[in-house]
Amino acid sequence: MAEEGLDTFPRLLLHHAKVRPDRPAIREKDLGIWQTFTWRDVADQVRAIACGLAAHGFRRGEHLAIVGNNRPQLYFAITAAQCLGGIPVPLYEDAVAAEMIFVLQNAEVRFALVEDQEQVDKLLEILPQCAALEHVYYDDPRGLRNYTQPQLASVEQLKALGREFDRAHSDFFEAEVAKGRAADTAAMHYTSGTTGLPKGVVLTHANLLETGKGAAEMEGLNETEEVLAYLPLAWIGQNIFSYTQWYACGFCVNCPESAATVATDMREIGPTYYFAPPRVLEALLTQVMIRMEDAGWVKRKMFHHFMDVARRVGGRILDGKAVPLGDRLLYALGDFLVYAPLRNTLGMSRVRVAYTAGEAIGPDLFSFYRALGINLKQLYGSTETSVFVCIQPNGQIKADTVGPPAPGVELKITEAGEIVVRSPGLFREYYKNPEATAEAKTNDGWFQTGDAGYFDADGHLKIIDRAKDVGKLADGTLFAPKYIENKLKFFPFIKETVAFGHQREMACAFINIDMEAVGNWAERRNLPYSGYQDLACKPEVIELVRECVEKVNADLAADPKLANSQIHRFVILHKELDADDEELTRTRKVRRRFIAEKYHVLIDALYGGKSECHVETPVRFEDGRAGTVKANLHIANAKVFPLVTRKAA
Amino acid sequence: MTTARKIGEPVLVVDNVSLSFGGVRALSNVSFDVRRYEIRAIIGPNGAGKSSMLNVINGVYHPQSGTVTHEGVTRRKVDPHEAAAHGIARTFQSLALFKGMSVLDNIMTGRNLRMRSNLLAQAIRVGPADREEIAHRAVVERIIDFLEIQHVRKTPVGRLPYGLQKRVDLARALAMEPALLLLDEPMAGMNLEEKQDMCRFILDVNEEFGTTIVLIEHDMSVVMDLSDRVVVLDYGRLIADGTPDEVRANPDVISAYLGAAQA
Repeated sequence: MAEEGLDTFPRLLLHHAKVRPDRPAIREKDLGIWQTFTWRDVADQVRAIACGLAAHGFRRGEHLAIVGNNRPQLYFAITAAQCLGGIPVPLYEDAVAAEMIFVLQNAEVRFALVEDQEQVDKLLEILPQCAALEHVYYDDPRGLRNYTQPQLASVEQLKALGREFDRAHSDFFEAEVAKGRAADTAAMHYTSGTTGLPKGVVLTHANLLETGKGAAEMEGLNETEEVLAYLPLAWIGQNIFSYTQWYACGFCVNCPESAATVATDMREIGPTYYFAPPRVLEALLTQVMIRMEDAGWVKRKMFHHFMDVARRVGGRILDGKAVPLGDRLLYALGDFLVYAPLRNTLGMSRVRVAYTAGEAIGPDLFSFYRALGINLKQLYGSTETSVFVCIQPNGQIKADTVGPPAPGVELKITEAGEIVVRSPGLFREYYKNPEATAEAKTNDGWFQTGDAGYFDADGHLKIIDRAKDVGKLADGTLFAPKYIENKLKFFPFIKETVAFGHQREMACAFINIDMEAVGNWAERRNLPYSGYQDLACKPEVIELVRECVEKVNADLAADPKLANSQIHRFVILHKELDADDEELTRTRKVRRRFIAEKYHVLIDALYGGKSECHVETPVRFEDGRAGTVKANLHIANAKVFPLVTRKAA
Repeated sequence: MTTARKIGEPVLVVDNVSLSFGGVRALSNVSFDVRRYEIRAIIGPNGAGKSSMLNVINGVYHPQSGTVTHEGVTRRKVDPHEAAAHGIARTFQSLALFKGMSVLDNIMTGRNLRMRSNLLAQAIRVGPADREEIAHRAVVERIIDFLEIQHVRKTPVGRLPYGLQKRVDLARALAMEPALLLLDEPMAGMNLEEKQDMCRFILDVNEEFGTTIVLIEHDMSVVMDLSDRVVVLDYGRLIADGTPDEVRANPDVISAYLGAAQA
């Protein structure tokens, strides 16, 4: 093949199939065994699907909806669509049927390729509203035996059709691949959007590949990397880490057996390149903490002792900074006894590069993993920028910044404190939404991220919050809800929280307890409970949460800028915030405006001070006022601290 | 959803069966049949003789009078392992799993009847025994996948919650690749979500594997959605037999259930 530039995904596919045909490209754990597709197999499968789609009349520029978990056939379908000049549109597999209607209508989807019966049922349910939908292909035929809808066909049938088509038109596939241009649209990801309708972000081959390649070069990623693909396909991060960089580097992507087996599968694969949003890292840490609490006292003591050592020097050793010999020896012993076994349990023994992104990570959570010797780094980006805007370079890691701009990225802070970006990865437009495009992107190509931040002395970007969420308390001091929420969420007992305080005289918070952690805690105390709500209302649990809140307050009291944001009152919600109730986005970000509206009664109770409750808790405010604040069944107060220099324990 | 299962000829005929323990009559003159590919429920209040009926079918109890005809063969006396060899598998109300063994090993025991190599060959893993084990493991893995218990494959059964143990019990029965599957209160002690899951699995087994299923349940609501036909027992007597709708409207059934509720 004449070197014609590896500037599109299909060309890269043919390239890999030629230069590394026998290297593993994608694995899937099926029937208890890791089944491997080599690059040659991938090319063969993609070709069959692409030809099958063409035989059914799939046109260039057309959208192919992809719904399901990470499965090889879905990955093949994405590339197959790209081979035909089509545009894959991955949807969140846990979205309810009604949420899919908008996307299917907006993108005029005629073709969909889905994982299983669950997704087929959803599409069939909304078929009346999505009349354009003509073909639905499914990967897993289970339970679909007796479906007779004419739209349905299995991926196997599609491939058989494709192979037949390929025999009749043997030049077709290559010709279609050759037609592709780097400036063509390669994918469309709908932004989850904390407000309003989702927007389809149009990204070209050049956008994705240049960004993915740039970051891969910076980190020295190569064809020997192993990656575990466990996050939703519809998330841009999953596209970049498991798809774009898969093609950019030619490494191996591994699909877990099921969502419930991710932890075991991760141990078996031992990925070298790993990414996790903070919530996943949090959940892992929670599990570790629970299991340590259940361990024998020798192990527990050892764990806590060496974790103290690790927190003190682990991060510095990882950064290659000077550390006294004694501490190094102690750390080496800790590595032998605690860190290495723990890394192994987490499946992180072989991790060379790990990223966390998606939202801000609590500093304590972040440094926990680094202290263990795992090279976890933060990055900053969004769907519109093909993820990479800032990456922390090795050895220059700080808990509270996201690092300097990534290769090729220009970055400015506007007068108003908003971060704006210009980069090769910048999206072309929002699909069929010129107003939104014009609003987000200036004519000379600067994208308004909507995040507030500033550069620190070393040129690292520090994100404060969403620009529209940063507010001020009634006395004019800064109120950054996310910052407070992240601090609270570091406690394993607290799963989700929403802080309020903009234009109020004090900060208050809604809290969701972590069912697993608090449940375990209650069991160890022989505290019976029937479910989440019952557990959330237990006085002991409220007390437990109060301790967490007060620790956060003590921390905040040490920071002159944020001392006034201490949480005076909180309420443990009677239910878990849920994306199905529109309280969270599909990427599990809180939709604070929506929540504030939905639970305004609770907010009134929080700020109204008096509610029709029976519990009276005496509270001393920092200005010395003494008062009793009445709490509803589960509204509670937390101690706040005067601005101090010494930290309260 | 469309169901295209073709319910066929009777595969199991229970004719005039009576069973008593000393002076206690567990079953008196019970007759019904089970057709190929159908889901047949036996319901009734506690102590109605449901489990006894199941035990008669798979040869744990031998009735004093009456016959059980399976696939055209009428038997006076069968032993459970003979029934198993003829393709009848069952699950148990009080679970009979090996608590200390992993889920995988428990399900593998269900393949026992189909193992050809002898104990010694299996122990030292020589040629054919090894190949055989791999083939059996493949069948078992398909069942694990089918019942969605991959995440506990290596977990000792004793550590699992009850709902999952029931699923493992079902998996082991399925590992025999039975033509007729007897389920003894598959939903007992489960919460609503677990019950719904189990219903889906039972329907899927019936549909995907073409297994004929006889199940016992005392929770009427569950059974009505699931079964093609229902037998109702009360104090060892058959008081109704028909489709769920017919049975639901039957005055004897209503009084048996109301009576049971008052007792």
